[in-house]
Amino acid sequence: MKIQEADAKRLLLAQGLPVPEWEVARTPAEARAAAERLLTRADKVVIKAQVLVGGRGKAGGVKLAGSPAEAETTAATILGMSIKGSVVRKVLVAPAADIVREYYLSAVLDRAGRRILLMGSAEGGVEIEQVAAERPDAIVTIHADPLLGLEDWQARTIAFRMGLGGQLKAAVAIAKGLVRTMLANDADLVEINPLAIVREAGADGQPAERLVCLDAKVTLDDSALYRHPELEAFRDPDEEDPVDAEARAAGINFIHLDGTIGCMVNGAGLAMTTMDLVKRAGGEPANFLDIGGGAKADKVAAAMRLILADPKVEAILVNIFGGITRGDEVAHGLIEARGQQVREVPMIVRIVGTNATEAAELLRAARFETAASLDEAAEKAVAAAKAASAA
Amino acid sequence: MSILIGTDTRLVVQGITGREGDFHARAMQAYGTKIVAGMTPGKGGQRALDGSVPVFDTVAEAVAETGANTSCIFVPAPGAPDAILEATAAGIGTIFCITEGIPALDMVPVVEAIRLAGARLIGPNCPGATSPGSAKVGIIPASVHREGSVGVVSRSGTLTYEAVQAMSDAGVGQSTCVGIGGDPIIGTTFLDVLQLFAADPETRAIVLIGEIGGAAEEEAAAWAGEHLRDVPKAAFIAGRTAPEGRRMGHAGAIISGGRGTAASKVEALEAAGFRVAGSPTELPALLRAAGHRD
Repeated sequence: MKIQEADAKRLLLAQGLPVPEWEVARTPAEARAAAERLLTRADKVVIKAQVLVGGRGKAGGVKLAGSPAEAETTAATILGMSIKGSVVRKVLVAPAADIVREYYLSAVLDRAGRRILLMGSAEGGVEIEQVAAERPDAIVTIHADPLLGLEDWQARTIAFRMGLGGQLKAAVAIAKGLVRTMLANDADLVEINPLAIVREAGADGQPAERLVCLDAKVTLDDSALYRHPELEAFRDPDEEDPVDAEARAAGINFIHLDGTIGCMVNGAGLAMTTMDLVKRAGGEPANFLDIGGGAKADKVAAAMRLILADPKVEAILVNIFGGITRGDEVAHGLIEARGQQVREVPMIVRIVGTNATEAAELLRAARFETAASLDEAAEKAVAAAKAASAA
Repeated sequence: MSILIGTDTRLVVQGITGREGDFHARAMQAYGTKIVAGMTPGKGGQRALDGSVPVFDTVAEAVAETGANTSCIFVPAPGAPDAILEATAAGIGTIFCITEGIPALDMVPVVEAIRLAGARLIGPNCPGATSPGSAKVGIIPASVHREGSVGVVSRSGTLTYEAVQAMSDAGVGQSTCVGIGGDPIIGTTFLDVLQLFAADPETRAIVLIGEIGGAAEEEAAAWAGEHLRDVPKAAFIAGRTAPEGRRMGHAGAIISGGRGTAASKVEALEAAGFRVAGSPTELPALLRAAGHRD
């Protein structure tokens, strides 16, 4: 699960990391009020769109304002803006930092290394993928110990190699804090970009330099949310497609795509393969849908509703390889779902494996169009969709 | 011969008294797998599978009493990492974890503990393995198999059944089929399984079934290109039409930052001498074209 910057910053703060203050505003008036408070401590405020997609800056979703009135008008332009399909409903307002130098630091689950990987770079503020592609030497990495976690010497090593020797204590604390944030919340990724040395007024009123987390990106492991009920509050119903929410409630893996052939499959690998074969047969898949193992009739009916909620769907391909899943259960579900179907869409059904014989009898009696092989099913579905769009 | 499991497999099923554990243990036993013990804490002294299998409170007792050398885990996700560690501590050498939905970070210390103990974990979130004619551990339907000499390794469940069924229907049998699991952190990789197949005299051809995400297929391909040069090899990669940045069901199946694409995997496999199928049904013909004889 992706979460917004402001929520990611809350998780960092909870682990004691240095994050400059901020406020979240949902209306231009709230942004103005926030700016009034924050402008007592800085000349300008930064107003940042809170969306789950990257590239906010380039899309015009990050702007500076020098007065409360300007903050209000700026927030008015950002709120409601669409960034890569996501409508901005909240902005973060923070004092604009006086940046001396920007860095990059992240903790990520490294699947190949099977450990937590710390990645740092003295080239912060730009996309790390770009740095990795153009100047891989500019990125330093170290694996946290799988049993002991990130040790002090490891944090010091990465800090020195990033050129943060002058801020060693702060850098070590932040590096260890990233790993702590990851473990405490079961995150796959905790990224600070930029991590920055900023100039602030010190306790004595004189300018002082401090290392702080200016931005934060955290993604959470969906498999671990069951033990972090408090993190569910970060799920933004406004940002979640209602169809996605329904799929999640039904326990179905569903991803909407742009094509015309709805797919219902058991198993993720087979679901991807079914999409690929639809494409190969000259069609375009409308979705990825994995009903999971052991699906019963009600789940099949829910899957059918999800597929048909997409008005572009002109044919449905059902491909079930029964293992844990029983073919006859799926057939019953399909018969039930067709009875409740709001619009008529041709359906091609292929059920093999456990209880396939019983399934075949049910489907024959209910006059479903069936297919023996996966390739044949894909071809029939593509032909049916083409006939439907021609009609 | 085969890899990982065979006629000398003595299996303990962890979670045998649960619904899934009971159902699949019956299917394994019916296939001829020697299930010597079950394990469910608090149910020690009972008997499972119609009285044919003793149940123990701990894996250590199961090993001491029955000589179990392999484990199959059907414990729900919150308890599965602990079940793996218990099997490792009891001296089980080969551990299959079928459980889906284990938090990825839980697996980091677990795979390290397994490595230090010198044991082998297959999975989690995997369908298990079958050595046709001798043993089946996990949930792969018995009916898809045929005895033969092709080693099959896959990240997927039902897609593996599909591919293996297509091979069996075409008369191409298997030495062992292994599902390594679709999670980001797994105990045994494609490369590990290829190395086992390379050392197995009765595996004479290889089928690799991968999917988008990560770089494990590329890594395995590079090794096979060097060490399995004269072995007929075919592959299939799922997810050619998958969009970037979306998790395709499996926690590990995601293209991010332009990495982990099907195109990259297909290219690496072809460069290593694999014949890459456009559909799983083409695998048997491609193996034969590569010189495989049943």
